[in-house]
Amino acid sequence: MSTKQITGPDALGHFGMYGGRYVPEILIPALNELAENYNKYRSDKDFIAELDYYLRDYVGRPTPLYYAERMTQQLGGAKIYLKREDLCHTGAHKLNNVMGQILLARRMGKPRVIAETGAGQHGVATATACALFGLKCQVFMGVEDMERQALNVFRMRLLGAEVIPVSSGTQTLKDATSEAIRDWVTNVSDTHYIIGSVVGPHPYPMMVRDFQSVIGRETKKQILEKEGRLPDCVLACVGGGSNAMGIFSAFVPDEEVELIGAEAAGEGTDTDRHCATLTMGSPGVLHGSMSMLLQDDDGQVQLTHSISAGLDYPGVGPEHSYFQEIGRASYVSITDAQALEAFRYLSQTEGLIPALESAHAVAHGMQLAPTLGKNSVMIICLSGRGDKDVHTVAKCPEAVS
Amino acid sequence: MSRIDKCFENLRAKKDKALVCFLTAGDPDLRTTAEVVREIICAGADIVELGVPFSEPMADGPSIQSATYRALQSGTTVGGVLETVKIIRTFPEQVVRDAPVVLMTYFNQLNKYGIQRFARDAANAGIDGVLLTDLPPEEAAEWLEVSKKVELASIMLVAPTSTKDRIEVAANMGSGFIYCVSRLGVTGERSDVPVELQELVTTIKSTTDLPVVVGFGISKPEHVKTITQFADGAVVGSALVNIIAQSAKPGLLRCAGQFVKELKAGINRQE
Ligand SMILES: Cc1ncc(COP(=O)(O)O)c(C=O)c1O
Repeated sequence: MSTKQITGPDALGHFGMYGGRYVPEILIPALNELAENYNKYRSDKDFIAELDYYLRDYVGRPTPLYYAERMTQQLGGAKIYLKREDLCHTGAHKLNNVMGQILLARRMGKPRVIAETGAGQHGVATATACALFGLKCQVFMGVEDMERQALNVFRMRLLGAEVIPVSSGTQTLKDATSEAIRDWVTNVSDTHYIIGSVVGPHPYPMMVRDFQSVIGRETKKQILEKEGRLPDCVLACVGGGSNAMGIFSAFVPDEEVELIGAEAAGEGTDTDRHCATLTMGSPGVLHGSMSMLLQDDDGQVQLTHSISAGLDYPGVGPEHSYFQEIGRASYVSITDAQALEAFRYLSQTEGLIPALESAHAVAHGMQLAPTLGKNSVMIICLSGRGDKDVHTVAKCPEAVS
Repeated sequence: MSRIDKCFENLRAKKDKALVCFLTAGDPDLRTTAEVVREIICAGADIVELGVPFSEPMADGPSIQSATYRALQSGTTVGGVLETVKIIRTFPEQVVRDAPVVLMTYFNQLNKYGIQRFARDAANAGIDGVLLTDLPPEEAAEWLEVSKKVELASIMLVAPTSTKDRIEVAANMGSGFIYCVSRLGVTGERSDVPVELQELVTTIKSTTDLPVVVGFGISKPEHVKTITQFADGAVVGSALVNIIAQSAKPGLLRCAGQFVKELKAGINRQE
């Protein structure tokens, strides 16, 4: 096993030409404060012990690495393992990051927490952790997402959080993020902004990756126990890219392990209704960092679409853009129809109802596995469970046939 | 001498202060923008700041967000804004041709246009400076070098949260003037002027010889008066944008001109 550490970004948060801090001056001191505190506590024994405690006894870690035997046999190729982030408390990997950031916010003495949410999973995770520690919590959510993820809106309110509807722009995740940034600019002195993915200005992409890297560390240990060797490929869906970065990070130094991210192609990358940022985008700045971006020739951010609210975002984490550029990871795009098919397939083959986001990674696994030999090993990050999506899927009758 | 430097020199000679007026270019359309700019300069605006609409105005409040939306709906592009400034520079009134025009926008637009090409085209169009809301000193080095070559001023922002060190960095990097953000928050009309503001402006002025103008939340002649007691100028944005939004088309120029006259009358002149 390689002993190389995860490296990068540089001191100002650059992964090659990507990343950095493209934010109003007002926020820079808060980002410095956050980066300093993160650097201090990431190696602090008490902090690590407390985070480990909550990840184990509250989030439910380690999550299993499950051998999907029926799926493997039916597809007739690579041996498929699923990393069961769907079993985390609140139903997705999002709580790994939130737990880390909330412990940090407490140490920084911030009594108020804000978050943006798309699918509502990050919002629910944030509301959950705020309930646990008695912090005031406000979650920004696009009006369109509030409709398609009504169950999560209810959960957040039940947990005592205030859900603030965002009706500007496209009324989805990007607008919720802009609104959260506007709030943070205004209330920066007493508020910590818990960003839900590996996006935003430095130190967020690095910090969120590190908090999610527990997925990859566990996975690596588990696959070595079960197979005595590293996998041939690791697949994850990519919205902002946090579950992907979390599971990839442990394997980055192992160059023989292929890392593959699955983006949402919506109705197809040949239409204008998709959010396949890495496949179709160009370098740009959105929400505080330079990364690939879906934009028009004049630099206006494009409208996006995905059946999965958690992937419906025109940007992507800067480290993914960097990995794509240097060739350390590759990115494919999966349509709504393919994701729905995978959603149904995994439900009926393994009895696991995946989140629509995760179904994008499963869909690519279904394409790829039969092309690989029976000796090869594939790991798919099952980033969340699909309870929140049954409402959406029920509207697409072909998916439940 | 640049138009910006000349402007502040003239004001100083008259013991006057700068009234800086912001409007979103292309709201409701670029032709109207050119006419409004002409009108408000004739009415007393010393410097005009044109917002180039960007689809994700994360540092702007509801007024400028809506103006941005209207401007994009009317088909406003970066190239169109540059053309509009060219037109403004051909108006017959000398004051209009001499008034500094600066662009305020987000970095993505420049990046997509190509920063070299943007700097060259902006300078050729008769633009005097650029203010980038989301380009702090950390990321500004390349843009500063490029803009300097074509003598475009890089107007740096200083905020109430800026440390002394950061104020120094901004002062050393910036040119034209320093834009001091009056309070934590986004753009938008407010009812008061924060009490801590004077101290912040004093700190900036002790660090640099560049003129210091204050913006964010300034909407009334009284605000302009208070601020120009200690700063070199005041920026009025959302309040003017709201007037442009609310005025019926035929009366728009008159309403905007009248408002700017009232604001200019608020300036604290040290007789
Ligand atoms: C289950 C699940 N997977 C994936 C994502 C996408 O986020 P990321 O790409 O940061 O993992 C979300 C976002 O809401 C989600 O809920």
